[in-house]
Parts: sequence; C-alpha cells; structure tokens
Amino acid sequence: MTDGLEPQTFRVTRADLVRYAGASGDFNVIHWSDRLATKVGLPGVIAHGMYTMALVGRAVTTWAGAGDGVVEFSVRFSRPVPVPDTDEGTEIEVAGVVKEVTDDGLTRLSITATCRGEKVLSLATATIRKR
Amino acid sequence: MPLDPSFVGRSWPPTEPYVVGREKIREFARAIGADDAEYHDPEAARALGYPDVVAPPTFPTVVTMAASRQITSDPRLGMDYSRVVHGDQRFRYTRPVVAGDALVCVNTVEDITQRGGHDFITTRTEVTTEAGEPVVTAWSKLVQRGEERS
Repeated sequence: MTDGLEPQTFRVTRADLVRYAGASGDFNVIHWSDRLATKVGLPGVIAHGMYTMALVGRAVTTWAGAGDGVVEFSVRFSRPVPVPDTDEGTEIEVAGVVKEVTDDGLTRLSITATCRGEKVLSLATATIRKR
Repeated sequence: MPLDPSFVGRSWPPTEPYVVGREKIREFARAIGADDAEYHDPEAARALGYPDVVAPPTFPTVVTMAASRQITSDPRLGMDYSRVVHGDQRFRYTRPVVAGDALVCVNTVEDITQRGGHDFITTRTEVTTEAGEPVVTAWSKLVQRGEERS
C-alpha cells in the first residue's frame, strides 16, 4: 500500500461544467452565467462543488482499487473554484495522506484539493476498505 | 428572508423510484472523466461481481439532488436557489449504485441555522431500493448567501 494519493492535477474548463450540468441535472445559474454569478457576489462562474468532489472521487476510487472500496466520503467546500471562459480554464490539484488504518481494516485518507494555491476543500476525508 | 426553522426535523414521504439507467451512469462517468471499464462496460462490471455497470461514488447526487427539491422548492421554506452554494457533502455507502437499481429517497431536514447573514440547511437523504435495502445515505449542507446590501 502506498502512503497516500499521489498529487494529481485535473484541468477544468467551462465545457466541463456544461457537460457536468447536463449529466448531473444541476443547472444552477452560478455554474454557467457570469452575469448572474457576479450578481450574487461571486467572482464569476464557479465549478459545481460536486464536480470537484467527483474529481477527488476518481483519485480515491483509483487508489482504493475498486468502486465499492469507498465506505464513506465527505468534503467541505471551503472556497469556490472560479472557472474563467478560456481554453485553459483552471486546474485543481488533489493529494491525500493516510491518516489511520483501523483494526477492522479501514483506511482513512485525508485529502487536499487546491486551485491556484488555495484550498478549495477542507475536512475532506474518505474511508476505504482495501480489497 | 431567513429559512423557516420550523422545517428542522421534518421528513417527507418516500420519492417515486428513480430507475438508474446504464446510459445515465455512462454519461455521468464521461462528464467527470472517469473512464474505468466498470462504469461503461457491463461485462467488465460483471467480471468484478456487479450485476451491471457501476456508478462512481458521487453519482448518488443525481438522485438525491432531484429528490431534495421536495424540500428546497417548498415556498414555505423561503429558499432563493440563485443565492445557494454547496457547503458540505457526505456519503456513507452500503454498496455502490448499479444500473437497474430503482432507488427511493427519504429526505429529512436535520438542521437550519443562520450565521454572518447567511442561512445554512443540512438535509439527510436515505437512499434505498424499492424493497428497502439500504444503498447510500447522503448529507448535504447548503448555504444561502445573504442579500447584497446596497
């Protein structure tokens, strides 16, 4: 078993947000309209929190080795992820360390996710049963 | 307008079953860039012991978000969805969602608070099969940002 999640970078563009909105059914205007996002005090269009969580979920399930290895998964969205309307969009960096391995074989991962050097998740943890 | 605190502790009747389609799982997996075979290929999923393609761990949000409109769209709650951002999310899994599941949600409001001009609501959604077999429990905390003061 490795010591944790190797740091990995996920690129996020407006096209990703549009695709995620359609797939998830979350059509909140703050994820596609700069005009309406700024009206409610945001810097502009922001990523769905659940999109960030899904990217972390990819890293976690890969690490767990199986989709059903994840027993519990929780995050706090501490800061929005602004996604500019550019080809590059933005990037989210995900990493994690093993915090605990319990007697009944569960591994607790503590996860960090940052965008432009700032934490966008806090209290992000996943509990995994390794196969 | 603050959220109506009398909603705390309320539960709603079970939602109509949401039948999880294979194409919906594939669409969701593609949208998050998850290309592992068990999300897309029924044979690969069966080889791992699942009855059909498996959903990624945050897929239940597709079902629970739709179900939680029972709560958030109730005009008496007083929620302005354009001012809502996601605060916290937690899932506790009994097993992963697989294509063919007919999922039923029972929503409960666990907490409503106000702090710094913002409103916070925590909901719990118990997701089971129609037969009552537990699948996953989801907790969401939503934040309704305070109105801009002019």
